[in-house]
Amino acid sequence: MTTILGGRPEGLTSLSLGDDEFDTRARLVVVGNGMAGARFVEEVLERGGGEQFRITVFGDEPHGNYNRIMLSPVLAGESHEDEIVLNSHDWYDDNGIHLRAGVRVERADTAAKVVYGSDGSATPYDHLVLATGSYSFIPPMTGIRTGDGGLLPGVYGFRTIDETRAMLAATDSCERAVVMGGGLLGLEAARALQGHGLQVELVHAMPWLMNAQLDAEAGAILKKSVESLGITVHLGAMAGEVLGTEHVEGVLLKDGRRLDCDLLVVAAGVRPHSDVAVRSGLEVERAVIVDDQLRTDDPDIYAIGECAQHRGSVYGLVAPAWEHAKVLADVLTGTDPGAEYHGSRTATKLKVAGVDVAVMGVSTPERDDDEFLVISEPRRGVHLSVVIREDKLVGATLLGDTRKVAYLTQAFDRGTPLPEERIRLLVDLSDGAEEVGVAEMPADSQVCNCNGVSKGDICGAVADGCGSVGAVMDRTRAGKGCGSCKSLVKQIVEWAADGEVTEDASASWYVPGIPMAKPELMAAIREQDLRSVSSVFAALAPGGKDDAKSKMGLTSLLRMIWGSEYEQENDAKFINDRVHGNIQRDGTFSVVPQIKGGVTTPAQLRKIADVAEKYEVPMVKITGGQRIDLLGVRKEDLPDMWNDLGMPSGYAYGKSFRTVKTCVGSDFCRFGLGDSTQLGIDLETRFQGIESPAKMKLAVVGCPRNCAEAYVKDIGVVAIGNGKWEVYVGGAAGATIRKGDLLATVDSPEAVIELSGRFMQYYRENANWLERTYDFVPRIGLEKIKQVLLEDSEGICADLDAGMQRSIDAYTDPWGQDAAEPATPGQFRTSLPLVDLPKVPVR
Amino acid sequence: MTAPHLETARPTTPGTELGTPATDVPANTVAAGPGVEHAVGRLEEIAMGEGRAFVAGGVQVAVFRLRDGSLHATQAACPHAGGPLADGQTDVDVLVCPLHLYAYAWSDGSSTSGAAPIRLFPVREQDGTLLVTV
Repeated sequence: MTTILGGRPEGLTSLSLGDDEFDTRARLVVVGNGMAGARFVEEVLERGGGEQFRITVFGDEPHGNYNRIMLSPVLAGESHEDEIVLNSHDWYDDNGIHLRAGVRVERADTAAKVVYGSDGSATPYDHLVLATGSYSFIPPMTGIRTGDGGLLPGVYGFRTIDETRAMLAATDSCERAVVMGGGLLGLEAARALQGHGLQVELVHAMPWLMNAQLDAEAGAILKKSVESLGITVHLGAMAGEVLGTEHVEGVLLKDGRRLDCDLLVVAAGVRPHSDVAVRSGLEVERAVIVDDQLRTDDPDIYAIGECAQHRGSVYGLVAPAWEHAKVLADVLTGTDPGAEYHGSRTATKLKVAGVDVAVMGVSTPERDDDEFLVISEPRRGVHLSVVIREDKLVGATLLGDTRKVAYLTQAFDRGTPLPEERIRLLVDLSDGAEEVGVAEMPADSQVCNCNGVSKGDICGAVADGCGSVGAVMDRTRAGKGCGSCKSLVKQIVEWAADGEVTEDASASWYVPGIPMAKPELMAAIREQDLRSVSSVFAALAPGGKDDAKSKMGLTSLLRMIWGSEYEQENDAKFINDRVHGNIQRDGTFSVVPQIKGGVTTPAQLRKIADVAEKYEVPMVKITGGQRIDLLGVRKEDLPDMWNDLGMPSGYAYGKSFRTVKTCVGSDFCRFGLGDSTQLGIDLETRFQGIESPAKMKLAVVGCPRNCAEAYVKDIGVVAIGNGKWEVYVGGAAGATIRKGDLLATVDSPEAVIELSGRFMQYYRENANWLERTYDFVPRIGLEKIKQVLLEDSEGICADLDAGMQRSIDAYTDPWGQDAAEPATPGQFRTSLPLVDLPKVPVR
Repeated sequence: MTAPHLETARPTTPGTELGTPATDVPANTVAAGPGVEHAVGRLEEIAMGEGRAFVAGGVQVAVFRLRDGSLHATQAACPHAGGPLADGQTDVDVLVCPLHLYAYAWSDGSSTSGAAPIRLFPVREQDGTLLVTV
């Protein structure tokens, strides 16, 4: 018995209740369970069609639905057949679809609205969808069929999994194969069989390979590449007779040559499967004729995929079939009753016999004034050409080098302007003009042609938290068709994730050394009363093993959870947090005293000047955060400097609340609408030194002129008059530029402080380690954050306020504390005793 | 380091050359061969889990006291960009430089992030005294 691909374990049966007379849903019958039919059913379900329709799917093959495009890798032994299953029998069952696998539909009675199956069944329908696809064309040749009409043993088409399985089995015993047909399928079959060690000869009736897609020159180059694999190619050769009586022994060409073989693959093209339509009396030319809504001449019968002929075109690619499926699902479910299909501009990118090929539009000039540019490098196996009509790209063929395919596809799809120097379409001239990389691609440019997935869709999935290529592919289906775009998908995911792509589950962990997501980790820490980083490792890390790169994040988390009850371990802190300064390139530190809201005094300035001179500070600099930075300070000098300054730390080194920039507000500015300066000082006073998943930079401005850049801060506050203040969150003006989202407009400085604290605590409790608010806010979603913080939808606002208060209560100025008594022995000893610091420039 | 804006700057720290980056710090000048054991300091001078720098026979070394009780000694400056390794963070497997987070294995000094390896020195404790062989 043949194994059913995507089948169910033996003995497992499901009860089918048949037609329930009380079921008022319309009967939707789909004939064909291939790439088009099954996708159509998926699209219908996605639109909620399971509620509207009782769906029955007839499949000629006994299997579930599998990816026919991937049969070549299966034949080549590169993929296992289980990998190409798209929908198993269970899937149909789970979705309430009646799958009649292995039943061929003979015809439809369009008057009675019934389809008749090969098993003698009669199935009534309200809507009938034909998705019967194509079949392998077997040319009429003497000896190719046995007396009963079947193929001579050893002769195979290459269309189904069963044929693929039979060929795979035959590779063990066969030595010589002849492949008829030098198109895509033939080439794939030839390469796959050759990979199994068979001696392969390819017979193609036309004067060059892939004549449907390539011009003669490109075809000639492809021939060389194929021959270099060890495959013999016969062009312009017609096979006239198949030799052998019990089993194939060879083929006889019309020119008299005899090619011996024990395996013959016929890949001489496909023909639309339209006999059901013909027997049902529907209008059929090359295929079943449909209108822009995929409707045949019978108003309740539709045809999609390779069996459909739309505006004279019959497609043999999966992308148009899937577009058909979408449009028809829109129409039938009523999601968009006016949806129309207007034809496909087909651009294909594939790997044939190991050679990269991309083809779009026409392959050769057709009009007198068409421009035609060709770059041909037969030695390298590269052939590139473009056809331009009226300043628009109307065709391109790339063979052996498809680096420009993204750029050309855009130009082809959208008719974007072309470079004056046409050669730039095909090669990058070395004047610094970069090839279109993933960064430059517009968000709406299509990456996966099979599934119609754009760069924007991929970026969106990454933004939604898909942290690995696999997760993005699962979410968007990009790369799940032919797979040729996988490397591009990967590049875009990496670009969108800013290099932070992970391949495994550790993406969801808070820190790499402990296999837990943040909520789980926080719960475990509370439950087991773990108050030091070493105790967290001992209790929760695999094997109790510590991890250097996890310590900083855990220290931050423990301080947030326990406040003053956290058990300090200095070795678990980054050096900046051990000595409360930002380490510089030579091992010296920077000292930034707190200057709340950027407001200082002559006395403070005098003190800072004295200290800078006394300790020979190499550079004194005004920072971007409206403070003064003393740079290049020796570690040993830190405690004395702090004592001399008599000012608290400005936390310019930590993953913590940093500073609040302000403008001069209503006291001085003639435009000021609110006292932004005082509010900034009050915010900084309340939230000074609060540790967080990543740094938090704030600003308050007295009017929407935004002089202190509040719109691009982690929290930005803007006075808008009448005592009202806008609170923006998730802004950024660093490596990422993002305008903050308006969280709320409140009517007092106290309300600003309360809401800011609540937002910061929500961020502290829910953000991943090193996740800035500009990532956090879009990840959670502004609406959700509003509900939680403004409407208390989760009933946690009181807890958030209390958590923040606990951290505020635990605040101590680290400079005052450690200058009085070092936290550890040798806390401020030099770490480069033989080096005279500073080594940074002194000015 | 000949940026024009630095030309008018005047060193205020004696002996400091203008614009010398930490990468110009001389690398290890330790001769190969069997070393000499030097007493560099006391165990209690190193906080648990941290590192401290010492001078052993004219060579600056960083000595680490891990929470599992083990001791390790390495060259003091990171081979990548001269970072002070004694300020780095550790676990049972690696030492991480504070400047660019290059990590080095305790087992053989090799970098897990593609930098040149660091030199390891034998270190032990006797009656509370740290002994480093250079």
